[in-house]
Parts: sequence; C-alpha cells; structure tokens
Amino acid sequence: MIDALTQLSYVVATALFILALHWMNDPKTARHGVYGGMAAMLIAVLATWAQPQVIVHHVWIALAIAAGFLVGWPLSRVPLTAVPQRTALSHSFGGLAAGLVGTAEYFLWLGEAQANLTPFRMTAIVAEIILGFLTFTGSLMAAGKLQEIKWIPQRPVTFPLQNAVNIGLLLLAVTLGAALVLNPVASWSATVFLTIIGLALIFGVMLIIPIGGADMPTVISILNSYAGLSAVAMGFVLDNKLLITAGALDGSSGLILSVIMCKAMNRSFTNVLFGAFGKVVAAEAGTGPRVYKTETVEGVAQLLEQASLVVIIPGYGMAVAQAQHKVRELYDQLKKRGITVKFAIHPVAGRMPGHMNVLLAEADIPYTDLVEMDEINPDMPQCDVALVLGANDVVNPAARYDKSSPIYGMPIIDADKARTVIAVKRSKNPGFAGIDNELYYADKTWMLFGDAKAVVGELVKQLSGGGMH
Amino acid sequence: MSRRPIATLTMSLLAAAPALAAPATEPGGTATLDYWSMLYVFMLSTFIGIGVIRRVSRLLHTPLMSLTNAISAIAVVGSIIVTGSEHPLPIRILGAIALFASMTNIVSGFLITDRMLKMFKGGDGGRR
Repeated sequence: MIDALTQLSYVVATALFILALHWMNDPKTARHGVYGGMAAMLIAVLATWAQPQVIVHHVWIALAIAAGFLVGWPLSRVPLTAVPQRTALSHSFGGLAAGLVGTAEYFLWLGEAQANLTPFRMTAIVAEIILGFLTFTGSLMAAGKLQEIKWIPQRPVTFPLQNAVNIGLLLLAVTLGAALVLNPVASWSATVFLTIIGLALIFGVMLIIPIGGADMPTVISILNSYAGLSAVAMGFVLDNKLLITAGALDGSSGLILSVIMCKAMNRSFTNVLFGAFGKVVAAEAGTGPRVYKTETVEGVAQLLEQASLVVIIPGYGMAVAQAQHKVRELYDQLKKRGITVKFAIHPVAGRMPGHMNVLLAEADIPYTDLVEMDEINPDMPQCDVALVLGANDVVNPAARYDKSSPIYGMPIIDADKARTVIAVKRSKNPGFAGIDNELYYADKTWMLFGDAKAVVGELVKQLSGGGMH
Repeated sequence: MSRRPIATLTMSLLAAAPALAAPATEPGGTATLDYWSMLYVFMLSTFIGIGVIRRVSRLLHTPLMSLTNAISAIAVVGSIIVTGSEHPLPIRILGAIALFASMTNIVSGFLITDRMLKMFKGGDGGRR
C-alpha cells in the first residue's frame, strides 16, 4: 500500500517537473514553473521520507536538511553578477551527491548483499561515480575560475600532450570500471573502486584548466548535462524512475544549451573541451600598432542625442563593472528624448547562457527591448549608434572572413553595419580570448576607454545636464 | 496560446505513463531488475525534456539552468534512503553529506530562480 502511494507521488512529481519546464517557455508564466518544481520536490521528499525502510534515523535526515537550508539560503542571495559561479558550484554539489550515493550503495552491497551487484547495476554505479566525481571537481574549478580565485589560473593552462593525458586518464578510468563490472566482489575490487574515484576527480580538474573565460557558457552547459546524467545513473542504481526522469530533464536541458552555445561560437563539443582557446591566439596578436580614434564623453553624448535608433551591445565587461543600473539610467535618458533603444544579446555574451538578460532585467529594463542576435541583425544598417559595452569577440567582423582567426565562422552581431560605432572598453588590451578586433580601428568607430560603469555614468551626467534646458 | 504544446505534452506523458507506473522491485531484494522499463523511461524523458526545453525563451536561459539544477537535486531521494535506513555508520555519513549537498541545491536553486524571474518585466517597464 505505502509502496503504491510512493510510486503515485513520484508520478505526480514527474508530471509537475515537466510542467514546470513547460511554463518556462514564456516569461509571463515562468514563475509558475518555480512553484510547480517546488511542489514536486516537496511531494518527492515527503513520499521518500515516509517509506518504511527509512524508519531509523530521522534526526540525521532532519539535520542534513537543516544544514542544506543554512547554506542554500545565502547562496540564493548572491549578487546577480555572481550567478555563473553559483551555478557552477551547484553543479558540483549535484555531482558530489551522486558520487557519494553511488559510493555508499557500492560499499553497502559489497558488505551486506553482494547478489545486488549485478552487471547492470555495476555499470550504472561506475557511470554514476565517474560522472558525479568529475562533475564535482570540474565544476569546482569552473566556479573558482569564474570567481577569479587567486590560486586558480584564469588564462587557459596548456601543456604538451595535454589531450593525450586527459583522454588516457578517462580511458583508464573506464577500463578499470569495466574490470569492476565483471568482478564486483573480488578482493581487489574496493581498491579499484576508490582508484576510479581518484581518476574521475583528477580528470574533472584536467578537463577545466585548459578552458578560458569565453568558453565558460558552453562548459557550464556541458557540466549541467553531466550533473543530470549522474542523477540518471543514480536512478538506475536505485531502481527509481523519478530520479531517471528528473535527471534526464536536467541532462537534456544541459545538452540543448550546450548545442546552442556551440552553434553560437561555431565550434564543436570536442573543440571546446580539447581545443584550448587562447593558445593559438598568442601568435595572431601583435600585428603591429594600429590607430584608434578616441572620443570624449561630451562628443559621444552628442552623437547619442542625434540618433533615432541606438543599439546597445553588452558583454562580460558590463557584468564585471556592474554597470547595468547605470545602463538603465542611460536607457531612460535616451527614451525621454524619443530615441528607440534596443539591446542586442549574443547567445554567448557573458559567462553563462542568458547572463546578460538577467543582469538587464535586474536593472528593470523591459525584456521586450532585449533582442536576440538573429532578430536585431537585419535592423543594424538602420541603427544610428551601436554602443558596444564591454563586448568584444561577439562584434568582431573577422569572424566573417578571416579564416586564420580562432573565431572564424562564429555568428556575430553586425555592429560594423551601424552608421556609427562607439566602443566602451576597459583597457587597450585585446579581449578575453586574446583576439584583436578590427572594428575598433574602423573609420566610423570611436573608442571610449574606461570602466563601463564610470563611463556610462559620465554619459548619463552629460545627457541629464544637457537635457534640462 | 499554449493549447497545442500542452496537448502534445499530455500525449507524451500518457505514452510514458505505463513505464512510469510499472511496479518497482523490492529495494534490497535480489529480484531481477526491471531495467528495460528503466531504459524506456530514460529514453522517453530525454525526448520530453528536449521537446519542452527547446521552447524555453532564450531570455530565460539563466533561470532555466538554475531551475533544472534544483530539479536534478532530486538526488535528494536517493540520499534520504541511504541516510535514513539501518546501515553502517560510514554509509550513513556519506548519505548525509549527499543529502546536505542536494538540499543546498534545492533551496538555492528554487529561490534564486524565483528571484531572477521576478525581475523580468514586460512592456513599459513597471508592469506586473
């Protein structure tokens, strides 16, 4: 009886999870998605807790849940610029949970019920621990890079035979896993099991150190997928279909986002994971000094005032400078003058999918003015001023024709087709990927060097001063 | 506006229902596992996931990721079973850490998703 009720609750929870994701297709219904997901989770937790075999250690469960609340609540209050690292951190928690449960189940059955270690279960357990533990360390590394922790190198770290070493590590882990599937209860099995965990932990770190900031949106999506798949594997181990379904939903979400990110960079999965950006680029840069034209804040303010369509192209620089609220003031100033202002959002702008949208939404900019790359590009020739705000590679025209450029073939926002381009840039160094951008040297481009927040603040001051009389 | 997607959704759910509702073998028992139905569930839910998530607005990809993150913290179910059952102490400790990690994801995932979604406002700035 209680088992039937548990299963029924799981079916209801599954349906709610699917509906929750369905509601995310429109910003108007999206918040239902959160409530649907919460309800499903509550049902699932209560149904599991009520199971007869979970009778003994209620205090343990309650304490662990309480600790989860204590840590989870502050993690949900982080500033929105820190959302990519929070996301990476939660992927690592997800991987850790899966890895630990897999380990617990293996040693439990090894000690008490060896007949449970069927080849099918063992395959699932091995998949669970490899995926879980590599997601754990990989995501921790990604979070560390995003948080710019001092002892984690920001730039891609590469060394000779890196890919051979990485693939070798993974192959070794998989081979040991296969041996374990065939001999789950041999005298050496436990040692091999722990060795696999060690290899997966190392592989996670190795996978992330060659990856630079510009690839983070893709990598976070891939890790998202792995975290989901490790939950699926846990479902196979525990014979729990709710776990399989929810894990598969997460896995497919990560998969779709990775595909979108890869397309937006014109790169393949393997190229992102094994193709260390930045290394090739060092040779490309330094093609001799070229001349920028700089403009004063006053001059830019005048240009903006005379425009009728302004397209703002935000990038990671805007996030770093926390400039979104100042951008909102600029948006208000221009709107007051009857100027149309749109934001052109490149899929990989920022450090995770959708990063820019969230920051601009935080600054109260209506989402109807946030336009995707494919939709804004046809309008770019009519645009009077394209204001590039801390973006770089996503507006680099070299992507269209320069086959030697590492970003060749990547779809870009056609900023260069606007009548005038104003680029706000932190420093004169090339962008994060280390690639020089010819847009900055074009005749119609004016550079404005400085911190995005400070520069936009100055612009707003100019415009509000000039707008009074 | 979303009549048709819901209909497809319901149909795919109905198609998946027999597999979802299939009786589970007793945990801990030595009965042969019903792994074919598990593979079916995996396959079907992957397709449902792809179908549903492809329609998610690109605006919301960041909240989508934090929401699916919270959803995949369903690993909490496995952790509760491991932590709460009569198992040796080291096993329960592993379970409790896993339970803590999943719970952290559930709490922070849902709350931050809601916090972000609250900020998305349509048209003339202030509505809703």
